[in-house]
Amino acid sequence: MTAEVAEPLGGGIGGIGDLAALRRTALAVREHVLAIGAGPIGTHVGGSLSASDILVALYGAVLRVRPDEPRWAGRDHFVLSKGHASAALYATLAEHGFFPVEELATYGRSDGRLMAHPTLAVPGVEFATGSLGHGLSLATGLALTAKRAGRDNRVFVLMGDGELQEGSVWEAAMAAAHYKLDNLTAVVDRNRLQINGSTEDRMGLAPLADKWRAFGWQVSEVDGHCFAELVPALRTPPAEGGPLVLIADTVKGRGVRHLEHRKQNHFAKLGPDAYERALSALRQAA
Amino acid sequence: MSGRPTLARRRVPGPPAPPDSDRAAYRVALLELARRDPRIWCLDSDMGGLEKQFEAELPDQYVDVGIAEANLMSMAAAVASTGLLPFANTMAAFASARALEQVKVDIAYHALPVRIVATHSGFSAAHIGPTHHAQQDLAVMRSMPNLTVLTPADVGETIRMVEAVAYLPGPVYLRLGRNPVPPVYPEDTDPGFTVGKAVELRAGDDVTIAAAGAVPVHCALSAADTLAERGFRARVLNLHTIKPLDVPALVAAAKQTAGLVTVEDHSVLGGLGGAVAETLAEHCPAPVRRVGIADAFCPRPGTHAEQLAASGVSAEHVVTAAMAVLRT
Repeated sequence: MTAEVAEPLGGGIGGIGDLAALRRTALAVREHVLAIGAGPIGTHVGGSLSASDILVALYGAVLRVRPDEPRWAGRDHFVLSKGHASAALYATLAEHGFFPVEELATYGRSDGRLMAHPTLAVPGVEFATGSLGHGLSLATGLALTAKRAGRDNRVFVLMGDGELQEGSVWEAAMAAAHYKLDNLTAVVDRNRLQINGSTEDRMGLAPLADKWRAFGWQVSEVDGHCFAELVPALRTPPAEGGPLVLIADTVKGRGVRHLEHRKQNHFAKLGPDAYERALSALRQAA
Repeated sequence: MSGRPTLARRRVPGPPAPPDSDRAAYRVALLELARRDPRIWCLDSDMGGLEKQFEAELPDQYVDVGIAEANLMSMAAAVASTGLLPFANTMAAFASARALEQVKVDIAYHALPVRIVATHSGFSAAHIGPTHHAQQDLAVMRSMPNLTVLTPADVGETIRMVEAVAYLPGPVYLRLGRNPVPPVYPEDTDPGFTVGKAVELRAGDDVTIAAAGAVPVHCALSAADTLAERGFRARVLNLHTIKPLDVPALVAAAKQTAGLVTVEDHSVLGGLGGAVAETLAEHCPAPVRRVGIADAFCPRPGTHAEQLAASGVSAEHVVTAAMAVLRT
């Protein structure tokens, strides 16, 4: 793959892209996530499955990137702030040609480079993340430098919803609005679950859209599993004068019916039977 | 208008006064660097003064993040990742505690060329008290992989240090104070500056005093004078670079003198004294006495010097420690 990945899909800004191709890639990414979850160290299955469609929409139909030149200066930047969804990120990067799909089998192995939280050693990873509450600041810094330099790169960041409980997120939210960063799009993977249970029961985020609006952001709420909504929402840049947040309504464990909406799937090490059952449920639902 | 002769009372603007503190000197040096190189950026967190000195002249190279040190460090990392050279400005208390996770993950782990400039180090915030004291910053910063850690002894060394670290490939922690400090080096000399190379300020073979930072270096020099009156020749080393430590200079001191006294405006735990003791224990065991802030928070107001003396750091403490080393 040599051209920017957004190009072959067409549709332009606001367009939908090739929905069937995106769905095929999303299924492959989810299969990789389950396989990684069945590997020697397990993975954060639930949040990877909730983020998979957002990642596939970004890399399959939105981001201007060069898989064979990951640090290309003209690229759009993507920061995975919820770094624990590394399985979904690595799978998406591999499916888009940043490194061989076969390498996914080395996830967490001492002879490989696929650390359970993303590291710079992995082609396509913009920042090493996984400590929550950093990504929006990093994206804000990138967006500010791009804007000052007059570059047209867009900057995207994907955060978990539980992550928004970190205070540093709101320091960055203030700064991005203050500096009118209309090249910055944040996405919140609003799966409504964190380790201890429902986000609203543990440390409520509602009214979430109002919070972002009060911080000076444009807000759009989308179905985080519907490419027909996600792709145009991501392709459309923020209106002039400020950053945009997409609150993506998602389901933790999405795609594997018996894992959906369950806090127990936050982290999982799937045994052979559990893996087969999950894979079969995933393929059945697809 | 009351008709009073206000004009006559105005100060006539003249050339700016030369800097008398390391933080003032740093600001002059930073502006000078940034004028020459647009990649040099100044990231401010409501420090007071940078907006007048830097933003007023180079607004496109200046960013104020407000009172938000965590965001300051992460944004500085992102700015550095694009090829720019940001100086992130805060106080040592906040760089090394509140924003430490961002320093660790976004700056040190990524090995990005951010220059963290931390004023008010040690007890230099003085009367403000332990909220703004930083007696732990060297201990935590020198344990961060990739980070170079430095602290200057006077105004001239600050300027040389800023120029020397501006283009280092990795991240830097520059530890500054707050208050006016007297010169260590004569004004008409250029002693040069090399990262990681200690400066011998006073030659001597009886005992070695190794100090870092403006007040500690002055304590060391003053103690050396007192020891000279007693007939002992003290070697005084300015260990301006805490990491990487000048191991050869320390080993030579351990071999050629009775032992070492370390002096710092920092806790006795984990700072310069800790670094020197660790190094010599492995490379050349020798008597080491640490003069530093006792392991306690500063209990009462006072000047910088008064508070340090009450916590164990003064020229007298250095003399006592040196005599103990000489008796071993």
